[in-house]
Amino acid sequence: MGTKLSVENVYKVFGARPQQALERINRGEGKDEIFAATGMTVGVSDASFEVAEGEVFVVMGLSGSGKSTLVRMLNRLIESSSGAVRIDGRDITRMSRRELIDLRRHEISMVFQSFALMPHQTVLENTAFGLNVAGLGAAEREKRALNALDAVGLKANADSFPDELSGGMKQRVGLARALAVNPGILLMDEAFSALDPLIRTEMQDELLRLQSEQARTVVFITHDLDEAMRVGDRIAIMQAGEVVQVGTPEEIVREPANAYVESFFRDVDISHVFTAADVARADEVTVIEQGARVRDVLARLEQSGSAVAVVQDGQQRYQGTVSDKSLQAALSGLPDGQDVDIERAFIDGVEALTSDTPVGQLMGTVAESRVPLPVIDSDQRYRGSISSAALLHTLNRTDASAA
Amino acid sequence: MMPVQADIAAFWHSLSENFVIDLHIGEGFTALVNYMTEHFELFFTAVAGAISFVADNLTEFFNFLPPQLVFVVLAVLAFWRVGWRFALFVLVSLYIMMSMNLWSQSMDTLGLVIAATLAALGTGLPVGIVMAKSDWMQAVVRPILDFMQTLPAFVYLIPAVIFFGTGRVPGTIATVIFSMPPAVRLMNLGIRHVPTENVEAGRAFGCNGMQLLFKVELPLALPSIMAGINQTIMLALSMVVIASMIGAGGLGDPVLAGIQQLRLGTGFEGGLGVVILAIILDRLTQSFGQRDRRRGGLLSRLKFFFSGRTPDSSVS
Repeated sequence: MGTKLSVENVYKVFGARPQQALERINRGEGKDEIFAATGMTVGVSDASFEVAEGEVFVVMGLSGSGKSTLVRMLNRLIESSSGAVRIDGRDITRMSRRELIDLRRHEISMVFQSFALMPHQTVLENTAFGLNVAGLGAAEREKRALNALDAVGLKANADSFPDELSGGMKQRVGLARALAVNPGILLMDEAFSALDPLIRTEMQDELLRLQSEQARTVVFITHDLDEAMRVGDRIAIMQAGEVVQVGTPEEIVREPANAYVESFFRDVDISHVFTAADVARADEVTVIEQGARVRDVLARLEQSGSAVAVVQDGQQRYQGTVSDKSLQAALSGLPDGQDVDIERAFIDGVEALTSDTPVGQLMGTVAESRVPLPVIDSDQRYRGSISSAALLHTLNRTDASAA
Repeated sequence: MMPVQADIAAFWHSLSENFVIDLHIGEGFTALVNYMTEHFELFFTAVAGAISFVADNLTEFFNFLPPQLVFVVLAVLAFWRVGWRFALFVLVSLYIMMSMNLWSQSMDTLGLVIAATLAALGTGLPVGIVMAKSDWMQAVVRPILDFMQTLPAFVYLIPAVIFFGTGRVPGTIATVIFSMPPAVRLMNLGIRHVPTENVEAGRAFGCNGMQLLFKVELPLALPSIMAGINQTIMLALSMVVIASMIGAGGLGDPVLAGIQQLRLGTGFEGGLGVVILAIILDRLTQSFGQRDRRRGGLLSRLKFFFSGRTPDSSVS
């Protein structure tokens, strides 16, 4: 997937002489110094990142960190002071008014925190707003708006007025309005922040569902970390106008760029962030190729002092788990020197975990199991095992490093 | 103490002698008015022609309408926009108007008020829009509006008479000046108070300037704009008595006669006529400012009425 949107060294200075402030920034002065000296506010400082086609890119930061300013520079509701914003390679900061209006009508749309619906229009008219502005005919407008409403499950309310809807429904209309123009990029500015927690989760699911149907490039602004990790493929963290870290949620949790980022993640329930693949260890459990002699395996286990081994085939595909006891049981009654198929020693009821299962969902299974559970990826390949001890150790370690 | 007081008095006297210069503001104004009457005669004639055309035709039109028709139209409007109780009020009060023998005066006043309101809105609303879009314009227009609203009406009656003579035209012009400010102010305020995110939404979906104005700003500012229009009409109505002093006619005449000849009853009747007209115009224009879409059409309202139930919106 290619790059849809790229932000290159973008600055925003609020004040009378932005150039003067930019020079000071180049000289290495900080935001506070510049404000003290000139009274100008540096809203966004040297922001650079790329958003891939079809990705949900979350920009997260506390209020005043510049994230709302940043997102408004992506469709030029706010003009940047310097730097480039490229959509499909075209620098929008250099576009003429006409080109910009054209871009806004067809290529990029926005969902607002306070919904920003037009109170005098019906849900259908609101949804068709962008199409109306773009000059589409009434029939085409209605058709596309109804489709968009259908996608968010509000077709039945097409003739209602916004003040007759609940907050969640209003934001569905806001979403439908943005989707109706079929934009390449969707900007969502704290889109779910004004909603009740339950409705917020519902809307996040809705967004994820829409993304699974048709992956759009979404830039999602939020101050809510749980939300960022739920919807975001990648997260950019902003602090005092600067993008301090960009990465997947796992990357950021594992290696926070600075103390600020770390403090963000302190209260995060990492069981949602880490998946089975993150916790699985390849070194803890002996791996045996299918077809090995049972007596040899038993000897190796005794030698290494471990009790459990995993059996995989020639393509590294997981086959089963054996333990010293199950091996001995399979051999019992057999004369010395005679061997059995290793499959007969597989322990019953050991179910392999898929690698993308969140740690939170597998804790129960791992705790109940007497043997470490194998983790397999989507190609059935063995990735490692999770023992209850190792799981606890992982959870504890991340807690310790975050504290 | 005495010498000190004397000193202060002497100082003040010398100050006003030497420091306070008479700027001859009044004389300057007179000179300006004289200059304008001499050099802009054509302009004033044109303005007077336009205004008298609209005002005369409107007054004649309302006087030409049979009272029965006015009764019916106003009552139906009142029923549709406000409710059956107000419709009843309209019928009773119009009957009172007739019984006071003030019908033709009230129609004169109605014509004058509507002509003045049209002129005030025609200039005021666009000015309000420009004012909302430009802080500079706001800074310039605001003091002018203050001036228009606070300057006693009698003061500009004088130049109005000098420019346009007596009659309906200067009356209308004085009314326009007096009644325009709220329309300008509330248009300005209404547009400036449209929520930022709605304006951003308009721009984010690719509105150009005109689309933003007509699809976002004006609709969202409508309640405020309607309040301004309502205020303009009310102020216009309150000018009728003063305007009648320069011969504009209408309901101000009986009031003026009452004052001049101490005819208590006549004055009161004229005043009551103004009040009746004011209430009817006020309630009707206010109803257009409410954002009530569930009011339904006139037919559904009639159905409700005759089915013996009261529609929700008539409760208010």
